[in-house]
Amino acid sequence: MNDKVTLMKGNEALAMAAIRYGADGYFGYPITPQSEVLEKLEEEMPWETTGMVVLQAESEVAAINMVYAGASCGKAVMTSTSSPGFSLMQEGMSYMAASEVPALVINVMRGGPGLGTIHPSQADYFQACKGGGHGDYRMIVLAPASVQEMADFVGLGWDLAFKYRCVSMILADGLIGQMMEKVVLPEQRPRRTQEEVEKQCPWAVTGRTGMRPKNIITSLELDDDIMEANNLRFQATYRLIEANEVRCETVDTDGCDYLIVAFGSMARIAMKTMELAAQEGIKIGLLRPITLWPFPSKEVAQAAAGVKGILVPELSAGQMIEDVKLAVDCKVPVKHFGRMGGNVPTPEEVLEALKKELINA
Amino acid sequence: MNNNDIIRPENLVYKKPSLLNDAHMHYCPGCSHGVVHKLVAEVIEEMGMAEKAIGVSPVGCAVFAYNYIDIDWLEAAHGRATAMATATKRLMPDKLVFTYQGDGDFAAIGTCESIHSCNRGENIAIIFINNAIYGMTGGQMAPTTLLGQKTATCPYGRRPDLNGYPLSITPLLAQLDGTCYVTRQSVHKPASVRKAKAAIRKAFENSMQGKGTSVVEIVSTCNTGWKLSPEKANQWMEENMFAKYPLGDLKDVESKG
Amino acid sequence: MKSEIIIAGFGGQGVLSMGKILAYSGLMEDKEVSWLPSYGPEQRGGTANVTVILSDERISSPILNAYDIVVALNQQSLDRFESQVKPGGILIYDSYGINQPPTRTDITIHRIDATEATFEMNNSKTYNMIVLGAMLKASPMVTIESVLKGLKKTLPERHWHLLPLNEEALNKGMELVK
Repeated sequence: MNDKVTLMKGNEALAMAAIRYGADGYFGYPITPQSEVLEKLEEEMPWETTGMVVLQAESEVAAINMVYAGASCGKAVMTSTSSPGFSLMQEGMSYMAASEVPALVINVMRGGPGLGTIHPSQADYFQACKGGGHGDYRMIVLAPASVQEMADFVGLGWDLAFKYRCVSMILADGLIGQMMEKVVLPEQRPRRTQEEVEKQCPWAVTGRTGMRPKNIITSLELDDDIMEANNLRFQATYRLIEANEVRCETVDTDGCDYLIVAFGSMARIAMKTMELAAQEGIKIGLLRPITLWPFPSKEVAQAAAGVKGILVPELSAGQMIEDVKLAVDCKVPVKHFGRMGGNVPTPEEVLEALKKELINA
Repeated sequence: MNNNDIIRPENLVYKKPSLLNDAHMHYCPGCSHGVVHKLVAEVIEEMGMAEKAIGVSPVGCAVFAYNYIDIDWLEAAHGRATAMATATKRLMPDKLVFTYQGDGDFAAIGTCESIHSCNRGENIAIIFINNAIYGMTGGQMAPTTLLGQKTATCPYGRRPDLNGYPLSITPLLAQLDGTCYVTRQSVHKPASVRKAKAAIRKAFENSMQGKGTSVVEIVSTCNTGWKLSPEKANQWMEENMFAKYPLGDLKDVESKG
Repeated sequence: MKSEIIIAGFGGQGVLSMGKILAYSGLMEDKEVSWLPSYGPEQRGGTANVTVILSDERISSPILNAYDIVVALNQQSLDRFESQVKPGGILIYDSYGINQPPTRTDITIHRIDATEATFEMNNSKTYNMIVLGAMLKASPMVTIESVLKGLKKTLPERHWHLLPLNEEALNKGMELVK
């Protein structure tokens, strides 16, 4: 057996991957179903080894503003939460986008609205991908479908955040967070020294080392023309991200009769649906967006060419389906199937929906 | 001594701290903020911490503090300054990290963060300007507005049955194990300015020595918001504010021995 | 080879940890594994269940509608999951407190007296290892050696003295399946 292969929960993989990345800080507040992230970090005591700061904040509001500060200092900082907590963080998300600081924010979604349930959901898709806070902004949204991807997307998320000076978000759900699977963690990287941070992030608030000109991180600009110019700069960055960072996985899309577009845990369930369908001679392909923003529109349009219909199963009333419809310009029938409130459909239910909505429609 | 003699460097008796730049302050004439800004700049300069200082400015009149004092600054969301200072200091313990907040920022919208940062004993200094009114947004009621005091949102005077009582937050913070130094000062007279400066210096030194959280409340005037001349505002403050917010040290762990 | 399993019972019976030990045993044999618990407050005192999949290939859905093996450790779990055993699959249930036994005829049913076995062993904490032993006798998806290896890997060193007791419990469980 490969010694590097371990078994852990998705939430634990997030914590371990953060330490291995050489993260500088985690600030968070407990909420089910992601509390294992903070628990694992406190258990591992990375401040004794890598020097990573771990702090249980008094609220999600405080936590996101701690992240905002750490990101403004050029540090690799993160928080994790679940849906109600993510709502509380929206103000901070908007401020971070306006300040162009790199950070990693994780939402292990649960069923809403309101306090809702503690069970899996994907109903925060709009909030993550369309900007849950005020103003025009975007974040890179990564949707892991396995514990391995939970680990891998921590590093990827930070790398992209630093590359574009934006917020990266991992949008998982209670199923991926609570599930244990095999995972190979990345190698331990050293934390950057303060000198390295200042070299990599000359814009960061670090104190005026060598009496360099002062750095100010602010989201406030009362001059409308300058603020519009700031917005144009943000948008230019978003166009660059759209051009460079689209990621998705396709399975058996060549020559399939029907296409399923699903992300995260729903994509895993859909893969089983494909196995069941194949036994009945129904050819289904799967396109799994890995980046929910930027959305793989071109890839969806390509995979949709020649199919009889598309099913978009989601753990919501239908959110990503809007992006799928836009991607195919309504040239192909696109149908929704969803469960809500923390309920997760079985592979059989998805197959039934596909038959009902597309094959026998 | 003619004018040319007076401006010779060797005859200099007072100068503006070099960290305080020449930008035109947006503060009203008579406002306490300008004096406190100068003290903060002076203390940082005298401590030799210009390369290490990081300020966190609030939402409120002092939102643009970063335009006037030439150190690195973070501009916080309303009320979140101490949360930002917490992370900044923990991530870079060798920096001098302080917040500069008004009464609305510190004692209304940010009360949760204020109390918890103090309770954790974060090694930060908090400069808390209490002028009993919301200056920036046009003179609305603050948590510290006195009973009977008129503001835009209690135009007939603050009434406890309608508006609740004025919040004296520093004594609350003095009770917390995390605070090491809690004091109330003013800047309306030369002597009080000197004392306030000593308090700020002590707070900054405490933070660098890892003693815990220091809170320096400055009971201040807002002559525009109060609709008084600067001079009358000082008088009103002495007669009304000091009764509810008496000056002096509320806690000094060091002096206890 | 693929085994799709659900273990269900009361919170506190060690349902989740039994699944975890099984998953670790699969890991020891280089299998693909997934472990998905029911989570939240209902674990404490209420019913708990865990889905474990051991496979030689990539695992698709960690959530299932039909199982190769169902282990039901109380009446509620039996009522809920009996119908979800695949035709030809295996149902194992603890006889303790069961007043309505399973009725299906298209599956293999093992009634085990696991709770009573803990009385014989004079140690209620051996319960989940007894059940696991029974499960492995009914369907030898991993070896006892792998279970013990996995246990050793997951238990802190201060608990290694409990390994012989666990082995004893596993063997006891195996005897329960005829």
